[in-house]
Amino acid sequence: MSYLDNILFAILLIVGFGFFAASVKKIIRNINLGVDVDRKDNPKARWKNMALIALGQSKMVRRPVAGILHIFVYVGFIIINIELLEIIIDGLFGTHRVFAPYLGVVYDVLIASFEILAILVIVSVTVFWLRRNFIRLKRFIHSDLTGFPKSDANYILYFETVLMILFLLMNASDLHLQNVPGGYSHFHKAGSYPISQFIAPIFNGTSNEVVGLLFEVFWWLHIVGILVFMNYLYFSKHLHILLAFPNTYFANLKPEGQFDNLASVTNEVKLMMDPNADPFAAAPSADENAAPAKFGASDVQDLNWVQLLNAYTCTECGRCTSSCPANQTGKKLSPRKIMMDTRDRLTEVGKNIDANKGVFVPDNKSLLNDYITPEELWACTSCNACVEECPVNISPLSIIMDMRRYLVMEQSAAPMSLNAMMTNIENNGAPWQYSQQDRLNWKNEN
Amino acid sequence: MSESLVVPTMAEMLAEGKQPEVLFWVGCAGSFDDRAKKITKAFVRILNRTNVSFAVLGTEESCTGDPAKRAGNEFLFQMQAMMNIEVLNAYEAKKIVTACPHCFNTLKNEYPELGGNYEVIHHTEFLKSLIDNGRLTVEGGQFKGKKITFHDPCYLGRANKVYEAPRDLIQKLDVELVEMKRSKANGLCCGAGGAQMFKDAEPGNKEVNVLRTEDALEAKPDIIAAGCPFCNTMLTDGIKHAHKEGEVKVMDVAELIANAQDL
Repeated sequence: MSYLDNILFAILLIVGFGFFAASVKKIIRNINLGVDVDRKDNPKARWKNMALIALGQSKMVRRPVAGILHIFVYVGFIIINIELLEIIIDGLFGTHRVFAPYLGVVYDVLIASFEILAILVIVSVTVFWLRRNFIRLKRFIHSDLTGFPKSDANYILYFETVLMILFLLMNASDLHLQNVPGGYSHFHKAGSYPISQFIAPIFNGTSNEVVGLLFEVFWWLHIVGILVFMNYLYFSKHLHILLAFPNTYFANLKPEGQFDNLASVTNEVKLMMDPNADPFAAAPSADENAAPAKFGASDVQDLNWVQLLNAYTCTECGRCTSSCPANQTGKKLSPRKIMMDTRDRLTEVGKNIDANKGVFVPDNKSLLNDYITPEELWACTSCNACVEECPVNISPLSIIMDMRRYLVMEQSAAPMSLNAMMTNIENNGAPWQYSQQDRLNWKNEN
Repeated sequence: MSESLVVPTMAEMLAEGKQPEVLFWVGCAGSFDDRAKKITKAFVRILNRTNVSFAVLGTEESCTGDPAKRAGNEFLFQMQAMMNIEVLNAYEAKKIVTACPHCFNTLKNEYPELGGNYEVIHHTEFLKSLIDNGRLTVEGGQFKGKKITFHDPCYLGRANKVYEAPRDLIQKLDVELVEMKRSKANGLCCGAGGAQMFKDAEPGNKEVNVLRTEDALEAKPDIIAAGCPFCNTMLTDGIKHAHKEGEVKVMDVAELIANAQDL
């Protein structure tokens, strides 16, 4: 009988982790649809970024209320996962609180801290829910967040609350049975329960058998809930709990103002400026099969893999959008939407590949126009406020710039006034129509 | 104001077999925009007064390519960059100072990969170094006791993390430096960057410069200090929009220093 439990549990684990592994594989494949960019330099600075920003949450506390509450939930998540290890061992081997005899007082401290964190998580998540649904902070009722993204945010909060309540109920029923005079079944004395000791009295007057059964129900629902939640990540903005780590590791280390110089352009410009270059020479034939270079990005495959990782990492908090000067003045641009659109399009491209045996079949759609309009792209002031704000170092700006490059260099689709500015630079070396010969006239003017 | 400006060019310097201590990159706004030209001249007056050996490229200078790059025209940017780099390298330029954060950022960060390696500093950093090593002394003068707020240019602040040099300079003037509610890393853009200066804004409910000017006016300053010719234009327009031109002035940090010394 008890073996049946263990086998069922093992199957559940295998199925849960199996599906999750398949999702992770798909995410990695999709991220690798992006073009290569070298982000392996300076590992020391990268580890430091990851430790400070992802592990240490240093950018979260720029907004203290959300920042501190988020740290409760985050620490709760990390620490309570230690308990998960015990739950898995107990489940597989039919033991009960297997660590308790080995850890002694440490075990009491651990369980006590899990309980305190669990209640902090419930409090924080409740405040988060109120901020979204009752206080209705501007960035949470923004037009970016309609339909699934809005529900997604609430589902996550409900999930976390239910998991924490189940965890506390599980402990409470356990504690109730531990305190049965003379002991009951395998519920030996273990752990310290600062929170669930106040819940345990609800079981007074209920028979030990029923409480034992309830314990089993809470225990199973809790672990099944965790497995379901883990598999929900793939569909959710909540992926950030995992991807924040690689995302901060691979983030840009250069000054925010430094935009990359397109190497494909450098080669052409050098050739153009080389007086010895033969204008009639045949194009270099080194790799004839290589696709002709496309300047800028019109779809997700033109972006680099870090930008695609950014898109999966974004948890749609909207700090970027709330700090964006264009968005604050009513323009359509929202840096958060840039990231959400990129992820949605990437998911769509991924599904296309799945449906067509591993090959992308053109679907007459693209990130540009079908998701992101030129109007949004042209509203950007390149001020880097979004990049600075992002708690996990996502750069919506780099995607905006790559898409502008496509508009200008592939489609000549810049606004008229910008074309005039660029013509001026080309003709007279200044964005306005002044002759280069007059550059020093200011010296003699009064 | 009476003394005329001494502005040698790199070509003149080379003809005399001299290499200046620093090359002053004037930039397009500093060369052509009427308001920005005043900033250029104020900076030159300080350079002249402190006997800094400097030179400009004059008619050999050309747009760094910043607005083209931010508009998405990487071709035009790299053409400009490579032409400028050829000129700068021909003169063996080592150290460049500029009063424009856009030129500053581009020269400093985007030119090295294309073959242009120079020590590039913003004019506020340069002025601070003059004070630090005793070549320039500053007293409050006409600004003593005034309330001044500093608007962080995006390409100086967030983009390159230069927050303190302009503030240190302002504080030398015996003034009350007041911060806007969002400043330094949280500073709000003036609305000009990313080539916005050269186009109309997309439809919205407000201009960015008006919003930023509201930030500044909330701090109730006598003067809004800027460190960028484009921010200067945007904020000056914002002040006009708020009908405050009689009460609040927008001035570059170099102008504050020069005027305090009655230069």
